[in-house]
Amino acid sequence: MAENIAEKLAQKQREISIAEFFEKNRHILGFDSSTRSLITSVKEAVDNALDACEESGVLPDILIEIHKVDKDNYRVIVEDNGPGIVKEQIPRVFGKLLYGSRFHALKQSRGQQGIGISAVVLYAQLTSGRPTAVYSKTGKNKEAHYYELVINTKTNEPEILMEKIVPWDRPHGTRIEVEMEGTYVRARKQSIYGYAKSTAIVNPHARLTLVEPTGDTQVFERVTEVLPVEPCEILPHPEGIELGTLIKMLRYTERRRLTSFLTNEFARIGHKTAKEICAKAGVDPDVNPSDLSRDQAKRLLEAFKTVKIIAPSTECLSPITEELIRKGLEKEYDVDFIATTTRDASVHTGNPFIVEAGIAYGGSLPKEEKTDLLRFANRVPLLYQQGGCASTHAVEKINWRNYELLQPGGSGIPQGPVVILTHVASTNVPFTSESKEAIADIPEIVDEIELAVRDVARGLKNYLAKQKVLAKRKEKEEIIERVLPKLAEKVSEVMGGPQPDIQPIVAKIMGNVLVQKTTEQSDNTSIVTIRIKNFSESQKEFKLHQVSAAEIEDPTPKPRVSSFDGQFDNIWKVSIKPNAEKKVRYTVKSEQSPGANPLVEGILAEMVTGADALPKKRASE
Amino acid sequence: MSVEEELLKAKKEKDSLTKQRLLQIIKTIYDQFATEQIPQLLIPTRTKSNIAFNEESEVWVYGERESARSCKTVRGAYSLLKSSYTIEFLNKQLEENRSSTLRELYYISEGWKLAKFREQPESDRMIEDLEIITELQRENFHVRPEENGATIFGPIRIKENVERRGQVSERVIHCIDDVGEGGYQIPYNVDNLDFVEHDAKFIIAIETGGMRDRLIENGFDTDYDAIIVHLKGQPARSTRRLLKRMNERLKLPVVVFTDGDPWSYRIFASVAYGSIKSAHMSEYMATPAAQFIGVRPSDIVNYDLPTDKLSDQDVRALQSELTDPRFCTDFWKDEINLQLELKKKSEQQAFASRGLDYVTDVYLPERLTSLGII
Repeated sequence: MAENIAEKLAQKQREISIAEFFEKNRHILGFDSSTRSLITSVKEAVDNALDACEESGVLPDILIEIHKVDKDNYRVIVEDNGPGIVKEQIPRVFGKLLYGSRFHALKQSRGQQGIGISAVVLYAQLTSGRPTAVYSKTGKNKEAHYYELVINTKTNEPEILMEKIVPWDRPHGTRIEVEMEGTYVRARKQSIYGYAKSTAIVNPHARLTLVEPTGDTQVFERVTEVLPVEPCEILPHPEGIELGTLIKMLRYTERRRLTSFLTNEFARIGHKTAKEICAKAGVDPDVNPSDLSRDQAKRLLEAFKTVKIIAPSTECLSPITEELIRKGLEKEYDVDFIATTTRDASVHTGNPFIVEAGIAYGGSLPKEEKTDLLRFANRVPLLYQQGGCASTHAVEKINWRNYELLQPGGSGIPQGPVVILTHVASTNVPFTSESKEAIADIPEIVDEIELAVRDVARGLKNYLAKQKVLAKRKEKEEIIERVLPKLAEKVSEVMGGPQPDIQPIVAKIMGNVLVQKTTEQSDNTSIVTIRIKNFSESQKEFKLHQVSAAEIEDPTPKPRVSSFDGQFDNIWKVSIKPNAEKKVRYTVKSEQSPGANPLVEGILAEMVTGADALPKKRASE
Repeated sequence: MSVEEELLKAKKEKDSLTKQRLLQIIKTIYDQFATEQIPQLLIPTRTKSNIAFNEESEVWVYGERESARSCKTVRGAYSLLKSSYTIEFLNKQLEENRSSTLRELYYISEGWKLAKFREQPESDRMIEDLEIITELQRENFHVRPEENGATIFGPIRIKENVERRGQVSERVIHCIDDVGEGGYQIPYNVDNLDFVEHDAKFIIAIETGGMRDRLIENGFDTDYDAIIVHLKGQPARSTRRLLKRMNERLKLPVVVFTDGDPWSYRIFASVAYGSIKSAHMSEYMATPAAQFIGVRPSDIVNYDLPTDKLSDQDVRALQSELTDPRFCTDFWKDEINLQLELKKKSEQQAFASRGLDYVTDVYLPERLTSLGII
């Protein structure tokens, strides 16, 4: 009976073709709508192009062309100046799913699984029925190879429809042309234009040229000639390893002794630590690793957690750097203020990672919309699933009202002319799904993103606070320099009276110290009065200078007098409380001019109305 | 002294008083400069939180709260500068015995550089500010509004004193026999009108032109001895003043017939209680005895009227009315809350769904009877 069922089931069991697999999983691979499919295709091709250029030390120069073929179909062309692909590998790179060079390496790179570009080829042939064309050339004196290929959906093997050598003017590089069903949109972030712009921001060393279906060409020019530091491969760190991986590593290692296995195949395990681990796990350090039982492997894993092992090396990571994020934002946005930060490296489950953030404010950014959030992982823009991403969650956790931004309802994404950029670089970015659009909520990562964003937000807050003070000052200057004089002029004109001195009002509005000099004629002398009134909120102490051509007479109070170049400098020490008023009086002979305006010393010029501050040089004498 | 000479003398006295009060404002600012005070003018706060019911005149006027236009702020400083330019202009206009419209004033400010008004509502508000400070009316400044085209139609004979090029003449007009279908157009200075005689029992003020025309076509004025006043939306000052004068002088009851939405209730409020924007003129323009006919939210239910959905703005306006002291009566609270519950509004002309005569044959007679008018 049971056998019968097994046989019946066996009749139904068959290999699932990759075409079927693709059909069922197109959403997790990023092909769930016609708009998104087009973006994903460009994205996969450009990611590969950037990775290839950087690995070979070439400044990326990438051309993206989108042509409309008919009502639903578009032709996507992506061409790079990378190292090219050797002839034998071309069919498999593009025509076989899960074929790639990076899956096994612990290293920060854009692509990882090797699904990407072959999925594009598959999607293209499924929707348009057309093969993919590939050009590739590996060097100046090499020949350019041209392939037309499809994926055999039964065997997951490439099927070559045409293969030839063609003339190609590029010294080296790769060009892929695919035709597929799609919808081209432009006016939003989730678009090929948006993707190219975002990519240009975090890859300031790359030149991207986008030719849109309309024929419009947009060049995202590079702003640095320096390639990012090439990230290096590292050994796995024991902290993040899983049991299955450990067992696999134990079985296939070439090491003959467990301690040697531990020190050579893991990062940060020295001989002493290896011994300690073995002791903790109760396993013979000299045993052949492949002889370890599952139970022993499990104990080994436990021991990893109890023994103190230093964090993994972070040298393998290549952050964009504060300076280049600034340059990237600067070139793609017209803004008034930018702050950027690169945090120290940190570790999540054995994988080193670095978080960077940037904030741009003002300029031509829309004032009343929700803040634009630009999320990146290993320099790749994340366009979809914003709500499910750790970067978004970290930004939403922050009370933005503390940073002078609007936040309707007191939580969520802030509002205003702001762009917030987050970048997570890691040997292993934990995504929530295969389409790699959202970073999983690993507490260490969320915390680091939050700290990075808070860091740049503080910069913005300081900037905005300064702007506020400046605006107030400007406003007051407009009043005292433009409006008040006109008002005084107009009211005295209508009244037919003399024009009032507006200086006291100016001092009052500015909260300054007023110095007001008046001269009265009396017989053959002039009586000079210098009135000092403190409209500020604090006590002020300074020296008042009055230069005269002759000695002044009957001064009250008496000044200290020093003479120079035949002139006299009369100096009074003034100490004056808020709202207090003091007067200095003296007389001069009428034939002499009452002298220049008084000067002050030991007080900022901005704090005084009616007198200039003594130049610094004189003051130091 | 002849009558004309006497009129002229009275006018001159009024003009010189006006000039004196206007110049007092300039003197205040000038003196503030001289005594080292930051120039400022105090004006009653013109919001619904600062209107108070005057028991004596039974209308809503400004309360005690004052706001300062002060040179401490950019806005205040510009406001004072514009005041001084405006007063200089008005003063000159009074001296030369000329006049201008509100719109002309706005254009005249073109040449004032810094003191130029940005838009006409700003210069209109400036004139209102000056009215409030001087306790005079814009007519005293020789400033008049644009004609807004509101009309009256009904069994009343009016005498209008027309002054043109220094010549004064009288015209007597019967508001049915001597006018076309359009009715008698209300002039901006209704204090120049005298009421000669009338056969009316009441005055009905109507918001929309369509409903006014319906009543006239159906002969409502003769059937019910009604004077029909077209409000033309939010009524102009002259329309409100005319309603008040007819109500007081002729002892005729006034009823107001509008659409059934929050904006129309405000039209009624400004006729009956005084408007927030010109509460300084309430005693001069509001008709406290005016009664609201409808359309009431309860009419929507009782007469099963075709409706539109309330917009978000409508809802906000209704909610704002619930905190408006002028609507703080049981009648309005019940009706507004009912409307918020219904989430619906109706126009006057919705009665047409019952036939063109329904409003004049059934609805209005029913409502007028229940209000005790007929």
